[in-house]
Amino acid sequence: MKPPKFSYLRPNNLSEALEMLAEYGDEAKIMSGGQSLIPLLNMRLSTPAYIIDIGRVEELKGIRDEEDSIVIGGMTRHADVEKSPLVREKCPLLSEGIRWVGHNQIRTRGTIGGSIAHADPSAELPCMLTALRGEIVIVSNEEEIILSPEEFFLSYLLTSLEPNQLVKEIRFPKIKKGSGYAFEEVARRHGDFALVEVAAVIELNTDGTIAEAKIALGGANSVPFIPEGTEGFLIGKLPDDSILKEAAVLQIDELDPEGDIHGSKEYRRYLSGVLLERALYKAVERAREGVIA
Amino acid sequence: MSMNTVKIKVNGRLIVKEIESRWLLSDFLRDKLGLTGTHVGCEHGVCGACTVLIDGEPVRSCLMLAVQADGLEVETVESLAEDDGSLHPIQKAFANNHALQCGFCTPGFLMSVKNFMEIHPDVPTDEEIREAISGNLCRCTGYSNIIKAVKEAYVLKC
Repeated sequence: MKPPKFSYLRPNNLSEALEMLAEYGDEAKIMSGGQSLIPLLNMRLSTPAYIIDIGRVEELKGIRDEEDSIVIGGMTRHADVEKSPLVREKCPLLSEGIRWVGHNQIRTRGTIGGSIAHADPSAELPCMLTALRGEIVIVSNEEEIILSPEEFFLSYLLTSLEPNQLVKEIRFPKIKKGSGYAFEEVARRHGDFALVEVAAVIELNTDGTIAEAKIALGGANSVPFIPEGTEGFLIGKLPDDSILKEAAVLQIDELDPEGDIHGSKEYRRYLSGVLLERALYKAVERAREGVIA
Repeated sequence: MSMNTVKIKVNGRLIVKEIESRWLLSDFLRDKLGLTGTHVGCEHGVCGACTVLIDGEPVRSCLMLAVQADGLEVETVESLAEDDGSLHPIQKAFANNHALQCGFCTPGFLMSVKNFMEIHPDVPTDEEIREAISGNLCRCTGYSNIIKAVKEAYVLKC
């Protein structure tokens, strides 16, 4: 299992990278951390003529504090996000969920933009970004555009990225006061891709009723799934155990997970309900405790 | 064929070589430099046998191209023992605790543990050790003795 032949290009800055993409886009593949691309090369599932390694493009690295969002450059490594005190304070869901991404040896190389662009429906970052209603900033040598996760993730490993575009940065909305969050996942072993995962943020009113519920499920459909009916059901309700139990299974029949040797379709559906209940419970608990004051 | 000249510091020695861009770092270390201590198991980033340190951080060398390591510093398992052959404390602890049976996975474990002990200087709990070695698979020794060895490594280090 060795990569096929390709020409290796290593731009030193973003404009060089975009020029290369414009020239070779159809035959090129962007490599950021390579933690998804290199296995695909090793197994010859991907055979690009050119690899554009954006590992040295400094403009694509780093974590910024903006008004409503934490903005993370596409080339920022998982390990840097995991260690960031800024992310822990302003976007704690991300700090919690990112520890589920592969193992330490993967997170030292893998990047946020790479995970988003790879669009594995079981991956943690697409799920968290969708739950948070974040945005993806895409750039080409012609324009810069901002897309919602729903516009960006089209299907299993398929995004709206054109051959001349790359993921510049990702905007993760900051958590609001009076909110709680939770990330729940079941994988066969620590570090494996999720069988199912749930990311949830719940905001409570001062009277204890739910002001806002933002949820996404990963691994249950070909793209991260937003259970809009469940979110709507929760708003205005006092979240006691029976309400959360009812909410968790409301849309289970709409999920369409792939069944395989690690878990049947039915099991994954059932698991989605279990994890959603746990996530809602934990998010509500945290909101009540006033973790985010 | 796409050739690239790379300058990589491997175990303290600067290596300058012209290589094909498709070479994996693991194969470069083994076949071009003869450093066969780095073992290649699954070749798609699952088993952890090929773990090396890049600028001090653990990385799977089968998921990195050698050209990506241009300008960086690589440490392999060969860097652990002293020149006179005396073992590193982590290696001694593995030997003392029968933490290796066939030894195939051991180089990856040693490099992961080396980094873990650097970023986690306080004596860890079993749970923390389990998480630290979760990216390395062992199919014959079993993990209990490896966990014992990591604990002893903390004692030997002092």
